[in-house]
Amino acid sequence: MSAATPHAPRAGLGGGSVVAMLRGIDRLGALLCLIGAGGLLALPFLTFKANRIAAGAPKSVVESLGAPGAGAFLGALALVAGLALFDRRPAVRLVGALGGLAALILAVGFGAAALSPPGDSFARVSPGAAVWLLLLALAMLAADALARLRLSPPTRVLALGTAALGAALVLRSGLLDPLSILREHATRADVFGRELRQHLWLAGGSVAAAIAVGAPLGALCHLNRKLRGVALPVLNMVQTIPSIALFGLLMGPLAWLGRTVPLAGDLGIRGIGAAPALLALTLYALLPVTANTALGLARAPAEAVDAAAGMGMTRGQILWGVEIPLALPVIVAGVRVVLVQNIGLATVAALIGGGGLGTFVFQGVGQTAIDLVLLGAAPTVALAFCAAVLLDAAVDALGGRRA
Amino acid sequence: MIVIEGATKRYGEATVVDDVSMAVESGSMTVVVGQSGSGKSTLLRMINRLVEPSSGRVTIDGVDVSTVPGPQLRRGIGYVIQGHGLFPHRTVAQNIATVPRLLGWPRDKTRARVEELLALLQLDPKQFASKYPHELSGGEQQRVGVARALAAGPKILLMDEPFGALDPIIRLKAQDDLKALQRRLGATVLLVTHDMDEAFRLGDRIAVLNEGRLQQCGTPAELLLRPATPYVQQLVGSSDRSYRLLALTTAAEAVEAGPAEGLPGIDGGATLREALAEIVWRDAPALAVLAEDGKPLGRLSLQAILARGRPQ
Repeated sequence: MSAATPHAPRAGLGGGSVVAMLRGIDRLGALLCLIGAGGLLALPFLTFKANRIAAGAPKSVVESLGAPGAGAFLGALALVAGLALFDRRPAVRLVGALGGLAALILAVGFGAAALSPPGDSFARVSPGAAVWLLLLALAMLAADALARLRLSPPTRVLALGTAALGAALVLRSGLLDPLSILREHATRADVFGRELRQHLWLAGGSVAAAIAVGAPLGALCHLNRKLRGVALPVLNMVQTIPSIALFGLLMGPLAWLGRTVPLAGDLGIRGIGAAPALLALTLYALLPVTANTALGLARAPAEAVDAAAGMGMTRGQILWGVEIPLALPVIVAGVRVVLVQNIGLATVAALIGGGGLGTFVFQGVGQTAIDLVLLGAAPTVALAFCAAVLLDAAVDALGGRRA
Repeated sequence: MIVIEGATKRYGEATVVDDVSMAVESGSMTVVVGQSGSGKSTLLRMINRLVEPSSGRVTIDGVDVSTVPGPQLRRGIGYVIQGHGLFPHRTVAQNIATVPRLLGWPRDKTRARVEELLALLQLDPKQFASKYPHELSGGEQQRVGVARALAAGPKILLMDEPFGALDPIIRLKAQDDLKALQRRLGATVLLVTHDMDEAFRLGDRIAVLNEGRLQQCGTPAELLLRPATPYVQQLVGSSDRSYRLLALTTAAEAVEAGPAEGLPGIDGGATLREALAEIVWRDAPALAVLAEDGKPLGRLSLQAILARGRPQ
């Protein structure tokens, strides 16, 4: 990409300076401007529906915000576009992207409020395709700037915390409350909290269980070649079973277990519900955790292990003192993969009564209420994103001291 | 004293070490020379029980090593390997403190010992203690590896190609330093190498191993003057054996009485090989051999040097 090239020098007047200016254009910035501008010109900004399942009527920026509001909003976006095109300093681009996001949130909030008829609790306003494209362009601008800033792991965690706090404040402020997705939330606020916790419990619990089983299993695979030759292919096969099929396969044995073993039944183990979901998610997480543990442990330099043995370390001391510390970045990288994967997969648990944010997704699909689908999907994406940032920072922090 | 009696190691059909018997005197440096695959590393690793012999036994000061638990045995024996084997996630100080920590030394004693060893190996403790291995040069890593092996004050040091990863100029310096260190500590060193020059430079005794069998174990002069097998003869070489022999004797050892005025001087610690080179270069009939304080010890003639360069 042209990202690394410095500003083209401003060469003289006339045709030369235009060429120089065109050469100075940031290619990613140009692409993102095209996406945003194209969306604004060709696609609806907001969609108005008489009720939650009615067909939507598209509304442009001007229709949503009025001429003065639309002017201010588009002016702000033009400024951001200028930065994206011509300014290569990452910090400036980041500030521009965040400013653009703020303008977009304000525009959506005020536009939705203006379009909602007062006192009409059935009418719904949701973001149109233009909003999603602008969101995509601004998020990519911010992500690119953040990547170029090369923040240290603690700074990245701090930045994530700040972003989460900002999002919480925006949601708390009530600015976006007229939006359809938040009205769906308002009518089921108590259920939402419960399903969110259930979702976290399913994803977090399955990953914790996978670590508890997979890390020791990986260590055993490292110590015993024969076990490695059996365990990894079996787990590999489990990984290839489609998620819904795996849920189905587990239903029979677990239902039988719940019926025949009283204790299991008391613990809530049945053919449907959280138990098979948790078990299936754990099985999916097992291969990456086990394989990365075995792989990471084998990564310790052979000379270091030989020297450790030669100085009188026992096998256990070598494992805990040399191999595990050196393997930790690889093991945590495996945990990152499965945590992000299981936060996404946990939505499927709702199909077999396991609960979680997938509940809203499947309800929404059933009712053809797309905003309800979003109420399940958007928090899932946000959770997966946070997990990825946090664990990436952990991997970098663990591996940072070594060349 | 380390005594190896009939040590044999078989892996399936292959016999890697075949009925080797030899003794290593306390306080001496013995070098085991052989090509790769000659079984020299396996022989070394039988002494600290990283490899268990298929038959035969090893005793250290009369104690059969197989009666001592492996980890406990190894904590009392220094071990240095090619490419240093330092722990990449631990600092220099933590690396050196490995065996003291395994032995449960108090923290103050360990810290003092680490500083002492860094100073002994010419590494400034302030500068190096908190560095990580990847921040060091090859020579520095090698010295830290030796310091780590010496940490608990072992009487025996086993070294497997310790200089294999160093470039030639640093290697010469590291060899000289090791020789001086071994003399100073009075340690028993068993060193494995494939480099015959290294063996002649370092060894009080040299053991030649080929295809698992011990060909000869003797002083460097014995190997040169009375090679036991054609293999040893080929290994020590015939083209430059005179020079190797001359390199084993110092000028002070070969000094003659007689006038030394007006002759070019040479240090008494220089080898006869260096003295010969000096005579050729200066076109002088003889050299004045000088003591450390610069006073002449006597003279050294070309004939005297040449006489030492052949079997007597």
